[in-house]
Amino acid sequence: MARSGKRRYTAYWLLAPGAIWLVLFFVVPFYSLVATSLYDPNGSVLSGYKVTYHFSNYWHALKSYHPELLRSLWYAGLATLVCLVVGYVLAYAIAFKAGKWRNLLLVLVIAPFFTSFLLRTLSWKLILSDHGFVVSTLQNVHILSHDGRLLNTWFAVVAGIVYNFLPFMVLPLYASLEKVDGRLIEAAGDLYANPFRAFFKVTWPLSLPGVVAGTLLTFIPAAGDYINAQLLGGPGQTMVGNKIENLFTTSQDYPDAGALSMILMILIIGMVMVYIRTSGTEDLV
Amino acid sequence: MSQGSSEGSRSLHLSQLTKEFANFTAVKSLDLDVPHGSFFALLGPSGCGKTTTLRMVAGLETPTSGTIRIGDTDITYAKPYQRPVNTVFQSYALFPHLDIYENVAFGLRRRRSSEVHRQVNDMLALVELTSQARKKPAQLSGGQQQRVALARALINRPDVLLLDEPLGALDLKLRRAMQLELKRIQTEVGLTFIHVTHDQEEAMTMADTIAVMNAGVIEQMGAPNDLYENPKTTFVANFLGQSNLIAGKVLGPDGDFAKVNMHGVTVSIPTSRAHASGSDGWIGIRPEKVLIAGVGEEIDAPGNHLDGGIVTDVSFVGVSTQYMVRMPWGQELQVFEQNTGRRRLFAKGETVDLSWRPEYAFLLDASQDVNAGIEED
Repeated sequence: MARSGKRRYTAYWLLAPGAIWLVLFFVVPFYSLVATSLYDPNGSVLSGYKVTYHFSNYWHALKSYHPELLRSLWYAGLATLVCLVVGYVLAYAIAFKAGKWRNLLLVLVIAPFFTSFLLRTLSWKLILSDHGFVVSTLQNVHILSHDGRLLNTWFAVVAGIVYNFLPFMVLPLYASLEKVDGRLIEAAGDLYANPFRAFFKVTWPLSLPGVVAGTLLTFIPAAGDYINAQLLGGPGQTMVGNKIENLFTTSQDYPDAGALSMILMILIIGMVMVYIRTSGTEDLV
Repeated sequence: MSQGSSEGSRSLHLSQLTKEFANFTAVKSLDLDVPHGSFFALLGPSGCGKTTTLRMVAGLETPTSGTIRIGDTDITYAKPYQRPVNTVFQSYALFPHLDIYENVAFGLRRRRSSEVHRQVNDMLALVELTSQARKKPAQLSGGQQQRVALARALINRPDVLLLDEPLGALDLKLRRAMQLELKRIQTEVGLTFIHVTHDQEEAMTMADTIAVMNAGVIEQMGAPNDLYENPKTTFVANFLGQSNLIAGKVLGPDGDFAKVNMHGVTVSIPTSRAHASGSDGWIGIRPEKVLIAGVGEEIDAPGNHLDGGIVTDVSFVGVSTQYMVRMPWGQELQVFEQNTGRRRLFAKGETVDLSWRPEYAFLLDASQDVNAGIEED
């Protein structure tokens, strides 16, 4: 009996490090964020804040910053879509066509992580700069007008997000495509499905778990991202992440910053729940 | 597909079909005609080219040379989805994300068939899976999955149905039941079945015609009992059942028989069963055709009488007793005796006489490997 009693506690001991970590770095900060979002807005960093359950902070944040909020969702959605198309083709090629190059290509997908996120985004700023090679070439072939630019446009911001989050799309897609049994595709061909139909009737549905995982892993961080908008965008491309950062660090308007963070989080959680429901991944094998 | 066309125009013809891979030839200039409505088995050990042949008919491999025709239509280079051929895959390859109903309906839907619902229900009834229609493949047992795979192919009424070791994953008892089931369904639907297998018993149970393949060529083709009773090569003699092969020298013809000297004893073999070209040959006799008796006891077989055998091993297997008997020239022969209960068992070490009826023996060419076709396991 003593032995089984000991066994019973082993699970808790094993859980402890993770649980302590979560309490310290998630539950406590989260509680503090919720509290911050409900501060009395009349306080200040100097005079101190009081939790007054001031729910109108949310309304105020929504009213003041809804353009940034919507823009964030729009940019993140567009970038996720582009990532999905580009990433699916890439993952498909690696899983089915790469042969002996498969491992090398996978390493190359992850390779950008060896350099800092910030540094890579800064280099894109150089690449897309007004007098850079890319812009002048596009101007010469009249894709851009002679004073057209890429930097400080929505295009640069979305492209930056696509670039930075592509591996998060490719890896789960690859993982689920790699598991698709080639014999099923043969069977589909044997049963009168041409390659196009075999893809949409067999490969695509079987890769849906990867599609769902990849889009979530891309969309969620992309919606909260502010580095791309800050480095590659201009004032017209401000995303909600920039606003939150600004409210916390520059204007030190903690209640609005807290409320805006909470709104973003609730929106994303809501969208993710609807998405998982409708994509019906729960009854995928 | 081509209903209304005559029977002959839907038979399968392979001519000089060859498939070379990077470093070996899987199928060598194969000629084969499979009449419509037959249950045809391609039998051979793994690596003999039978699966490659099947995949070429299905369109999953492209032949290096030669042609594949169904009736008068050349389908050698047709895409898999354009051929009136369906396959029951070895691993079943059922679509895991679709339920049983949709798996079976897959081919019909791709061809935009009308009456999908009625046809699927009929087919599910045929394979006795009506109650499982809305389950996913993973929820079914191996035998049920096998029947789904069969239904999914069969529903398209292909000119040729290919079965790639379809019973390999089932346990013995279920396999026997499915063999009879497959045979029943084939007779019922009247389609051409081409069945690839390495299990000689399975091939003999089901097929009307068996082609024994070895190293990319067909060694011999015929009805199961013809192949078994009158094998033309040592490979067929050993692979299909078991054979005693004894070295002999051909003495010459004597009426409808050939006289052969077998280690000093003259034995007779019908000329229709003598396939040796030179003066040397392998005398073949199936273990169950060899009769065993105590010294001097009467044996119910005229001719081919051998004495001086010593029993070296006895295994009692219920329906029969299997003896190993060492002959005076040192070779051990297998003897299977049906366990009728009317004859006594012989003990290890006993001296016995052997005999067989001349019409059961066969003669094979001495140039062939006496151990060809003996399975390692």
